[in-house]
Amino acid sequence: MIPPFETFYAEHNREVLGLLRRKLGPDRADDAFQETFLRALRAYDRLDHGEHLRAWVLTIASRVAIDVYRRTNATVEVPELAHEDPRPAYEDLGELTDGLPPKERAAVVLRYGYDLTYEQIAAALDSSPDAARQAASTGVRRLRKEKSA
Amino acid sequence: MSIPTDLDRRFRDAAARSGMLDAGYDLVQTPLGELLVAATDRGLLRISFDPDPDAELERIERLAGRRVLRSSASVDNVHRELDEYFEGRRHAFDLAVDLRGLTPFSERVLHELARVPFGETATYAGLAERAGKPKAARAVGTIMNRNPIPIVLPCHRIIGANGSLVGYGGGLDRKVALLTLEGVLL
Repeated sequence: MIPPFETFYAEHNREVLGLLRRKLGPDRADDAFQETFLRALRAYDRLDHGEHLRAWVLTIASRVAIDVYRRTNATVEVPELAHEDPRPAYEDLGELTDGLPPKERAAVVLRYGYDLTYEQIAAALDSSPDAARQAASTGVRRLRKEKSA
Repeated sequence: MSIPTDLDRRFRDAAARSGMLDAGYDLVQTPLGELLVAATDRGLLRISFDPDPDAELERIERLAGRRVLRSSASVDNVHRELDEYFEGRRHAFDLAVDLRGLTPFSERVLHELARVPFGETATYAGLAERAGKPKAARAVGTIMNRNPIPIVLPCHRIIGANGSLVGYGGGLDRKVALLTLEGVLL
């Protein structure tokens, strides 16, 4: 059951703004806030289910924060994922995937930790479903290699 | 804690401008109380008296899609025309309507209804006849009662053959108020 966008927005806007302010400071957070929810709106009618919407929108916010950071800073901050969520699968995966590049890590965690579809992951990462699938599988391969090494 | 009002408003305006909303809605204050007004890119979808926002949201979502957001910009023109109407400065609405979800007969009846002018009345039977089903006065009564866009589609102008007001989806007091505003009743 996917709620109307109004309900989704009202439920998560404070937390998204909080995250963006921590990452970017109050000035740059405002534009990033708008961009985050516009990206979510763009993808919203393609969602297959209404689970983990919080993790989904916080991931979008993290990606937007990186984009803003890249535009406005010389150095790049590695994003934190929405690790406040107590879901165990994610906790485990969070540690396990610690060494992956940000995009692969996000794809692996959202796919296997949150069971999101590649469509949803693509929306969160602002890329295509194929690219999301590829990032997840590259990430998993990399993890296997690390584990066997 | 809630987010700053201007930030909230900027997002809602941007969402309305983006063309990505399935429907936008807002609450509008009128002499008949607070109305919920919803519109899509096709036109005005809904006007509700005494709105229950949760139930309305669900209903709008069912009709138009899940990308529904409260945004005054989406219904600016409706708001303005309603203000003008209640101030007595507007006798005809210049608004497209979105009648999705209705049966073809309901649609036909509502199109005929829209042609009943300010300050005049018609009967249920008369409206049924204009919509091509002269015996369907009772069905027309039901359609009036469920009119998704009252005031703009003027079901308050439809009365019984004997001149009685019969009923109104938003309560008979409001029918009286609207007909008084239009000079039909004193």
